[in-house]
Amino acid sequence: MNEIPLNQILFLSIGLFFIGAYGLFTRRNMITMLMSIELMLNSVNINFVAFNKYLYPDKLDGVFFSIFVITIAAAEAAVAIAIIINLYRSHHSIDVEDAGEMKY
Amino acid sequence: MSASSIIFYIIAAFILATGILAVTTRKIFRASIWLLFSLIGVASLYFWMQLEFLAAVQIIVYVGGIVVLIIFSIFLTIKSGEEMPKPILMRSIFSALAVIFGTAFMVRLISQYNFKAGSEGTFVLRINDIGTQMLDTKNYGYLLPFELISILLLAAMIGCIVIAIKQKEQPTTIS
Repeated sequence: MNEIPLNQILFLSIGLFFIGAYGLFTRRNMITMLMSIELMLNSVNINFVAFNKYLYPDKLDGVFFSIFVITIAAAEAAVAIAIIINLYRSHHSIDVEDAGEMKY
Repeated sequence: MSASSIIFYIIAAFILATGILAVTTRKIFRASIWLLFSLIGVASLYFWMQLEFLAAVQIIVYVGGIVVLIIFSIFLTIKSGEEMPKPILMRSIFSALAVIFGTAFMVRLISQYNFKAGSEGTFVLRINDIGTQMLDTKNYGYLLPFELISILLLAAMIGCIVIAIKQKEQPTTIS
């Protein structure tokens, strides 16, 4: 366990975060953009837990923050999917380019 | 190189490979399945860090909740068999450049920074400690965020029902 330094776990979470950012930039489908956001939130959770375990091993604050982030991600996914289904009913498409009425 | 670090590299490669496949595959149902594998990889990383409670929460909430919700919404909205259109070439080139430069910047920043441990001790995650500190009002307890999260979840639940409910009297006129 201890032979893996903190840097390598941070590199893993950087990779996961920027993979999610690439998906968010390139995808134009709302459900896949939501999936990219989930990947980014997961990388943040890895960061919280790794800092907690390596730098402050006698406290539990990183674990609490991870639990709260997971909860908020669940609420966010539920609301986003409700909005997507409602948008599909009115526009018959979930592409972000097709939902531009409020843009101008 | 011990067995523990080999396991870490295997988990890291698994998470990154399935994450890349999840954001680049053009069939949306496959993307959701690759996302499922990536989240399972993150849960196994928590197991590797000996955070069994957090790994269980990750599997229950993400794998059992969010991915199933995403798959349901895929079935409700689009034809899952057909391929999504390719992203515009300029957009994918520029987002790949932004991602590569951002990754290089952050990797350089972190590899030069010298992290110092703030306190000593060994990390043990006991469920008793989590429960006690979560419902504590003093000694750095987390009672107020806990209650706020409860209210947020209730508000999200009611909000989802209100948003997704079908209105029969007034059909929407936007076309």
